[in-house]
Amino acid sequence: MSEILRVNPIACTGHGVCAELLPELIKLDPWGYPIVARGEVSGKLLAHARRAVAACPVLALRLQPRER
Amino acid sequence: MTVVAVSRPALQTVRLPRLLAGPAGLRTVGLLEHERLHGPLQLRAPGDHARRLSQSRLVDLIEWSGLTGRGGAGFPTGRKMRSVAAAKGKPVVVANGAEGEPASAKDKLLLSRSPHLVLDGISLAAYAVGADRAFLAVHDQEARLGRNLEAAAAARAAAGIDPIPIEVVGIPSRYVSSEQSAIVRFLNEGIALPTFSPPRTHERGYHGRPTLVNNAETLAHVALIARHGDRWFRSAGAPQAPGTMLVTVSGAVARPGVYEIEAGMPIGAVLTSAGDLIERCGAILVGGYFGAWLRMDVAWQLPLTHRDTRSAGGALGAGVIVALPETSCGLAETARVVRYLADETAGQCGPCVFGLPALADALADLAYHGEPGAARRAVRLAGLAAGRGACKHPDGVAQLARSALDAFYLDAARHEERGPCYGIGQPPVLPLPGDMTVW
Repeated sequence: MSEILRVNPIACTGHGVCAELLPELIKLDPWGYPIVARGEVSGKLLAHARRAVAACPVLALRLQPRER
Repeated sequence: MTVVAVSRPALQTVRLPRLLAGPAGLRTVGLLEHERLHGPLQLRAPGDHARRLSQSRLVDLIEWSGLTGRGGAGFPTGRKMRSVAAAKGKPVVVANGAEGEPASAKDKLLLSRSPHLVLDGISLAAYAVGADRAFLAVHDQEARLGRNLEAAAAARAAAGIDPIPIEVVGIPSRYVSSEQSAIVRFLNEGIALPTFSPPRTHERGYHGRPTLVNNAETLAHVALIARHGDRWFRSAGAPQAPGTMLVTVSGAVARPGVYEIEAGMPIGAVLTSAGDLIERCGAILVGGYFGAWLRMDVAWQLPLTHRDTRSAGGALGAGVIVALPETSCGLAETARVVRYLADETAGQCGPCVFGLPALADALADLAYHGEPGAARRAVRLAGLAAGRGACKHPDGVAQLARSALDAFYLDAARHEERGPCYGIGQPPVLPLPGDMTVW
């Protein structure tokens, strides 16, 4: 199943760990909040994406199935 | 000589107003007068087999009517009801009568003038989805409106009209508190701030139960569709956008106010029916503060439907139309409103908390100081804000800002080259809470 990355913007406090672990898909805006690339996470990046999700100190990053 | 009757469909003339039917003026239509005007509500307590309208038939009627939400998003009402009815748990109905949009007055007018139409709609919606709780949310600053609605609900309770009691609740009077997840969160925890989705309110809302949140005007249409049927509803409006809708017209028109029009009416015709333009206008704000500025040549012929406004780069929103006189500065108007909207952030999401004030600064630099590069900065900041909040607040603000930079691009260039125009000294056209308003 294809999965996409999503940030819960209410939970996110801008630690920036995700952008360090997954620079291919996540950049930071001028205030340090993540800008996540749209679209599904390709197979070779999936393991990195899972690591970024697990490393988020406030559990704001999630991998979820793409909606219809 | 024989006379042959040629059968041909009668020319249908649509009788308007529907929602605003009744005596002239702004007097409230009481319960008896309401029943004389529209007929009584045909609902009985569960178990009574003399019931006229079955639950599924009611949802069918609403789906067939093509009614879409009148709060701004324009989602098909019948489909929303079906998904709430099918979700797990006992449903709850919430009527949204808290009009957050400063330039809109239609829900407040409808609730003050025809409260029983909305209350009928709430009961019908509750019946359609099988709800056992029903709320009507209004702004707590509208104390008189709230008291009148409570009195109206009490009169209905005494007459045994509503199968379940309708609870009127006052929510904080700020821009984001009338967003549907914010209302549900207020009912749950007393905090009127949007939540992250999923879960969506129609799946898990009030205390985890499927929750149908409908705009007040939408429910008033439901009350009429239940009485007159889906074909009657569609006899007004356009095939893609059936029925009537309430619009709030203001700015440089002779008679600003709330009008009931057929959906799909061209914006120019709406402005004409509001007494026509009293000054030369270069642009129209369509859809309110989450809508867009459209240049007059684009706007005049544009039919008021979700599809048409979207294809013109705007949004229909809750039917707000503001005509901006050429003597005013569209950039200054936008800068002022974007500053207000930036202040109205719920303060929960970083991109909104930091992005919107920066966007407001860029627009102010452009409008009031003609700072070179400010327009480009505003475009970039709007792009950074859109789509990055839990609710649509940053998206709406970004759209408004982008549309201003688009519709007023010549003004923007002139501001940056020669400094601000004379228009910045004009009194503001777009209303904000706390202004001295004419309403």
